[in-house]
Amino acid sequence: MPNMRKQQKRLLAKGGLLLALTAGAAFAGLPALWMLSTSFKANGEVFQLPPRLITPGFSFDAYTQILTDPTKLRYFLNSYIVALSVTALTLGAAILAAYAFSRYEFRLKSTVNIVIVGVQAVPPIALVIPYFGLMVGLGVYNTYAGLILTHMVFTLPYAIIMMTAYFNTLPRELDEAAKVDGANPWTALWRIIVPISGPGIVAVGLYTFMISWNEYLFALTLMQTNEMRTVPIGILLMMGEHAYQWNQMMAMSILGSIPVLVLFLIFQRHFISGLASGAVKS
Amino acid sequence: MKVTPNDPGSAAQLNPTLTRPISGSRGILPPRIARKLPPYAFIAPTVILIVVLMIVPILMVITYSVMDNVVVQPSSQFAGLHNYVQVLTDPDFQAALRNTLVFIVASTAIHLVIGLTFAILLNTPMLGAATKAFFRVIYILPWLFTVAVIAVLWRLLLSPYGVANYLLTSLGLVRSGVDWLASPTTALGAVVVINIWAGYPFFMISLLAGLQAVPSELYEAAKVDGASALQRFWNITLPQLRPIIVSMAVLDLIWTSQQFALIWMTTGGGPLNVTEVLSTFTYKQAFSNYEFSTASASAVIVLFLSMILGYFYVRQQRAQD
Repeated sequence: MPNMRKQQKRLLAKGGLLLALTAGAAFAGLPALWMLSTSFKANGEVFQLPPRLITPGFSFDAYTQILTDPTKLRYFLNSYIVALSVTALTLGAAILAAYAFSRYEFRLKSTVNIVIVGVQAVPPIALVIPYFGLMVGLGVYNTYAGLILTHMVFTLPYAIIMMTAYFNTLPRELDEAAKVDGANPWTALWRIIVPISGPGIVAVGLYTFMISWNEYLFALTLMQTNEMRTVPIGILLMMGEHAYQWNQMMAMSILGSIPVLVLFLIFQRHFISGLASGAVKS
Repeated sequence: MKVTPNDPGSAAQLNPTLTRPISGSRGILPPRIARKLPPYAFIAPTVILIVVLMIVPILMVITYSVMDNVVVQPSSQFAGLHNYVQVLTDPDFQAALRNTLVFIVASTAIHLVIGLTFAILLNTPMLGAATKAFFRVIYILPWLFTVAVIAVLWRLLLSPYGVANYLLTSLGLVRSGVDWLASPTTALGAVVVINIWAGYPFFMISLLAGLQAVPSELYEAAKVDGASALQRFWNITLPQLRPIIVSMAVLDLIWTSQQFALIWMTTGGGPLNVTEVLSTFTYKQAFSNYEFSTASASAVIVLFLSMILGYFYVRQQRAQD
């Protein structure tokens, strides 16, 4: 019967699709699974063949060693201080700038807009040399303030683009009505627009946190002493130690990835749509 | 403090400089200026940050690049284009330029292919929402790890005794363990593979959003006309996605050309310069050799090449508006 054949064909297509999806998932997910598995092994078991996900030496020792080492805990503290400050400051500046771009016509608007889009193409490596001189000169070399400001240069442009795209989706009548009622632009923004911009703010905040948490080049160059290092540099320093503690490096990697993983899993819906709206049309 | 129609003064007290003059209240500034002020005040923090930490440093590095003995020594002198000549004739720089080109073109092309494939798979109407959400999270996973984590993870995977070699020897693809990141013939390919794993999800997310925005009537009409799946892909999907693909590709070329940590932490530019890229070359000149003048010249060349890509990106973005 033709109906049966059609059904069979559908089933076959679905099977093929699932197979392709699984193959893709193996490429995407197996390395991460191996990281998790290695973090629970004894270091002597890391290269045992044939490879096994769970070994007899399974333990949380690698995690205990990281979490009881004050040097490594300090890396985490530094990363949190820097990334949270960058997120708060970027959100503040981006909300203001995006409101101007979304609701006003002003001279220089298109120039500033081009600069904001264009600075995203400026390579960090071109700035690291003058930053080094500038930070020493301003006395903020090896301080949180110096690193936070340099991170903002790279988080702010896309944050503004995403935020503007979000504000553009909100009806202008809202703030116009508030202004008719006597509110000034500042009040209209913070009392009317910001409270209904939760999804956009979450997307921008998460994006910003990720960039700052992951930043490497400036953290490597502008922080000099061990007690100012961030997590990515901590991982680099572990690779420089004389004997590779692979289980500890993987445990450190997992711990260093948890903040972003958790935030992403909670907010992924907001995040994906927010990111896409900035990328597709800004 | 709530702003109500009966209480026009409260808003003015909050921030007098931003007040839009309304009848009955008096601003400090003349109304004509006060009316125009808000957008400038709103963009001021951004503009200040970009001027101080973007425009000024760019001018600084350009100045450094035409001087001798900068940063480390107090007495620097004008050196003309000498640093540029030195950099451009340096065989290590030329190798870095070639490697960067291979690295960014290969990465971007494969990011696009994998990103588009995964996006199409995830956009299928044949599977339930929960199944698709499950796969989507796994597919995005690589993008959620910082580059430092990705680098150390792949050093473990690609070690001569690692699982990658175990799988490849079991399948008979290689005879014995290869030190992928330390062998001159394989190192560049290995860092490309790592970068592919690290970078395709951003393409995928954007393309998935683009796919979902394609009007389904287009597909239905094509189906009625008897177009095959492949024809629908070529004649509907690709043209509809074209603007996203072009912006993403330019953005990816820019980002990949800026990649530093991945190479720094896996190969350090070695072995024998085969994975040296412009960013690692520049970094070494500055912070390993303390040759800040030639490093600045190299940085300006990198900046110039990036600005060419940036020009295309800005033009593409504006064309979409």
